[in-house]
Amino acid sequence: MLYDAGKYDVAVIGAGHAGCEAALAAARMGCRTILFTLSLDNVALMPCNPSVGGPAKAQLVREIDALGGEMALNIDKANIQVRTINTGKGPAVQALRAQADKREYQHEMLQTLLKQKNLDLLMAEVEEIEAPDRKVQAVITKTGARYECGALVVTTGTYLKGRIIIGEVMYDGGPGNQFPATKLSAALEKAGLRLGRFKTGTPPRIDQKSVDFSKMIEQPGDEKTLRFSHISPENGRPQLSCWLTHSTRETHQIVMDNLDRAPMFTGVIKGRGPRYCPSFEDKVVRYAHKDSHQLFIEPEGRETDEMYVQGLNTSLPEDVQIRVLRSIPGLENVHITRTGYAIEYDYVFPSQLKLSLEARAVEGLFTAGQINGTSGYEEAAAQGLIAGINAVLKVQGKEPFILKRSQSYIGVLIDDLVNKEADEPYRLLTSRAEYRLLLRQDNADLRLTELGRDVGLVDDYRYNRFQEKKKTLEEAREKLKKTTFTPADQTMSGLLEQKKSAALKDRLSLWEILRRPEMKIRDFVVAGWLEDPGPEILEQLEIQAKYEGYIKKQEDQVARFNKLEDKKIREDLDYDQVYGLSNEARQKLKEVRPVSVGQASRISGVNPADINVLLINLEKMRRN
Amino acid sequence: MMYDDIAAVSTPPGEGGIAIVRLSGTGVIQAVAECFLPFNPQLPLPARASFSLNLGWIVDREKEKIDEVLVSVMRAPKSYTGEDVVEVNCHGGTLAARKCLEEFLQRGIRLAEPGEFTKRAFLSGRLDLSQAEAVVDIIRAKNEKAMKMAVSNLEGKNSAVIKNIEDRLIRLNAMVEASVDFPEDVGELDYREAGDILLELEEVLNKLIRAGERGEIYREGVNVAICGKPNVGKSSLLNALIRKDKAIVTDIPGTTRDVIEDYINIRGIPVKIMDTAGIRGTEDLVEQIGVEKSIQVIENADLAIFMLDMGTGISQEDMDLYIHLKNKKAIILLNKEDLAHKHIKPEDVEKIFKGFKIITASVIEDRGMDELEDAIENMVLEGKLDSDDLDIMFNMRQKKALLKARSTVQELRESLESVPLDCLGVDVWEALEAVGEISGKTLKEEVIDRIFRDFCIGK
Ligand SMILES: Nc1nc2c(ncn2[C@@H]2O[C@H](COP(=O)(O)OP(=O)(O)OP(=O)(O)O)[C@@H](O)[C@H]2O)c(=O)[nH]1
Ligand SMILES: [Mg+2]
Repeated sequence: MLYDAGKYDVAVIGAGHAGCEAALAAARMGCRTILFTLSLDNVALMPCNPSVGGPAKAQLVREIDALGGEMALNIDKANIQVRTINTGKGPAVQALRAQADKREYQHEMLQTLLKQKNLDLLMAEVEEIEAPDRKVQAVITKTGARYECGALVVTTGTYLKGRIIIGEVMYDGGPGNQFPATKLSAALEKAGLRLGRFKTGTPPRIDQKSVDFSKMIEQPGDEKTLRFSHISPENGRPQLSCWLTHSTRETHQIVMDNLDRAPMFTGVIKGRGPRYCPSFEDKVVRYAHKDSHQLFIEPEGRETDEMYVQGLNTSLPEDVQIRVLRSIPGLENVHITRTGYAIEYDYVFPSQLKLSLEARAVEGLFTAGQINGTSGYEEAAAQGLIAGINAVLKVQGKEPFILKRSQSYIGVLIDDLVNKEADEPYRLLTSRAEYRLLLRQDNADLRLTELGRDVGLVDDYRYNRFQEKKKTLEEAREKLKKTTFTPADQTMSGLLEQKKSAALKDRLSLWEILRRPEMKIRDFVVAGWLEDPGPEILEQLEIQAKYEGYIKKQEDQVARFNKLEDKKIREDLDYDQVYGLSNEARQKLKEVRPVSVGQASRISGVNPADINVLLINLEKMRRN
Repeated sequence: MMYDDIAAVSTPPGEGGIAIVRLSGTGVIQAVAECFLPFNPQLPLPARASFSLNLGWIVDREKEKIDEVLVSVMRAPKSYTGEDVVEVNCHGGTLAARKCLEEFLQRGIRLAEPGEFTKRAFLSGRLDLSQAEAVVDIIRAKNEKAMKMAVSNLEGKNSAVIKNIEDRLIRLNAMVEASVDFPEDVGELDYREAGDILLELEEVLNKLIRAGERGEIYREGVNVAICGKPNVGKSSLLNALIRKDKAIVTDIPGTTRDVIEDYINIRGIPVKIMDTAGIRGTEDLVEQIGVEKSIQVIENADLAIFMLDMGTGISQEDMDLYIHLKNKKAIILLNKEDLAHKHIKPEDVEKIFKGFKIITASVIEDRGMDELEDAIENMVLEGKLDSDDLDIMFNMRQKKALLKARSTVQELRESLESVPLDCLGVDVWEALEAVGEISGKTLKEEVIDRIFRDFCIGK
């Protein structure tokens, strides 16, 4: 029996990293929102590695933060170790990475959700989507409750027809042996979406008491207290260490001896796995010349003895997993608490989406996160935030919120998803961001806070802090540019000599002197030429000065890039009426329906001549 | 919408005596003016009215003359593209036009895409609606033709060399990006390998560029001017080289008054050979003009044959002419070796004209002619000969891309250790883009595949 259970502006299915952001964004923007989850005990679950951040991902987390999202704040409350990766490789690729306390992370997120005004949580399995006339109207749960909604965000991760594989053993299940969502796939297909199947995997977890750390190398966190969010309080949490060990020849032999039982090689697993996250058996076979692979043993939290074996994700049979682990230095007597597994799941081909993450086939239906064929908590959260914002804008009848590739990693992520065909789960890399020197973790707030404010997600507290920072930054920069020195200046000559820097020939400003690689802004503060504006601003100024040339170059590239981005294409353009397109281009353009000529130029199969042809035709239509 | 400045040779290669370089965009009048030396210095280009014609020279940064040209200026919106347009009519034909174009391209102007002028004409409303489909057809056709040309260049041996360059560059980029995106799996960049790759890249690029220039010489030919004081035997030499009695030969100094040209083939290289009026101070008006013209021809030539008369010895006139040859490729030909009374000793010549190739010859007795042809071939191909036998012809776009790739690789080599990896990667992308343009590929897309192929990634 169906019953009428209520009416919401926005409904979100799935309370993973995407769903939490989507629901919070919608509620914070003033929409009545409901968040469905298969289990309220598993909100914001980290079913795989216990960490947040790293190259490209840290930038994403900072961007989520600047726009008023939650992930950065949450990991700042729930980390056990934070480090900066890639120090010395340049500011654009420097990245924070935190080890998370998984339970605490979930707990903190749940608290935030519960406290959020306008947001209702509900443990229920959604089985049907009502979308008459290709427009979302309501969802129906297993227990017969019908919820009307103006927009729907589906963020079901790897739960759609999830199937777990461990050696010869196979069964239906979501990550971490949760219930899978069995009916929703059919509902999405009925609504008009095409689904594909991907595979991913996770390593076994082990009991800390059974590990001999004396045979491993300790990896402590950074001394400094590092934070993802610009507004997190300094909390100075004690840091837990990770541990480094490695596989041995014996380990690899065990794997080779058991390949006939490995689903990756017996053909049981058909979906292609991600190359950046290969199973251990895959690594052993592909890099046969390597005698050893690094393995990191990472705590899963403060209040647990469970540890994660980074680098050993596998779907080998359980007995083989035990033998593999015990051949590793320090793990001779290890006890497995959870077996590693591979999981296959349905995903939505993301080329069916608009850049707003709304499905072209169904008005008001948004998808975000792993369901869109991505991997990673950060990628999921970023999409969730954008989908949540756009669900609200849809309900309010406003234009969608779309970030450009030149503005953010979020823009790169979504643009790639929609335009590029992928045959493996998508992971963000800094190499995918052509303007990466502009898209740094250190300036995410400068890039995006105003946009988050406009859309209504950045609250007064965050906004005022941002305004203050900007003001201090600008004043300090002015100071650096206006303070000049002649060759005759004794203090400056002394400092330059001490730094083995060439003596001045002409009058130069502090800004110009700062460009010299050997000069540090701290020295100017120490010399009393600049009032200390705090480490964050000092870092920002130093980057802006030292990389000015490169930054300028990329800004020029962006200006060129934007010319085609700004050439808009009507959504209902009849590509059959466009004279002179190649067949392949016509097909792809019809499918993706780009919003701009710039987007069109990035669709696989559309070449530069097609773009020129398109420009001519657009002009013809304009004049007609 | 504002477009950037573009340029291209707009006459088909090899046809007609005059070739046209067309430029379009807001900055082109200024850019051409920077390398235009008007005959009438009172009339700089930017001051000229629309549809004016301007005679002068295109000169390079060192103010060396590249070609005598007729420049027309057409201001927006009344021009073919609706933007400011400049057309440069090059009297020296296709080769000169290409050289002028290269000069413009060094001043921030971009080489036009196939069909781009027509495209702009349409987008700016200069062509009417009914022509839209014709414009599309032109763009399609020109693109296909350009693709075909580019591809036919890149077959066989050449394709292997280009592939090799692409491969190394992708490897380098993958090394940088892997170190940045997967620091824990890959560790630090292997700077030694990176340095080696860059060094090899530079070598291969150099080889390719040289081979391309060589191809250009065999395709486009060179200009060789015969010069010297009156009566030294210039016209006799021309006749000997072309094996016809084309130029009048007498023992009266000042016989030749105008430039006489003909075409011959020396060791497979098309050579335009030019006999000039003997250079001397003269009161005769006709001869004076001839002398001026000779100097012009000598300056424009790729190679000069400077003749000295063994019978008369080295005179002031010879030294006056020598001034015009100081920075040129030149061969010194000591003529009339057959004479009984010689007033030049080869040792003296070597001392006075240090560093020049010197040949002793007798045009009348046909001695030293083989040696002269050898010398012409060697001088023209100087530095472009290699042990390999790459035979390649690049179009302008490919050549430009190669030069860009080489300069980026050189910069990368210099900055390898001092520039942080994030920036280094961006510079490598630039080189990748340039090399990709040679064969029309987007190489950057192959980098990520390469990371996973070459490195053991995966935590
Ligand atoms: N003995 C001798 N006489 C030569 C030789 N080459 C040319 N002559 C003679 O030198 C005279 C001048 O030759 P041209 O070829 O007309 O000299 P030119 O340099 O063209 O002279 P202008 O045109 O007046 O500048 C003629 O009488 C030639 O026969 C040579 O190798 N040996
Ligand atoms: Mg003569």
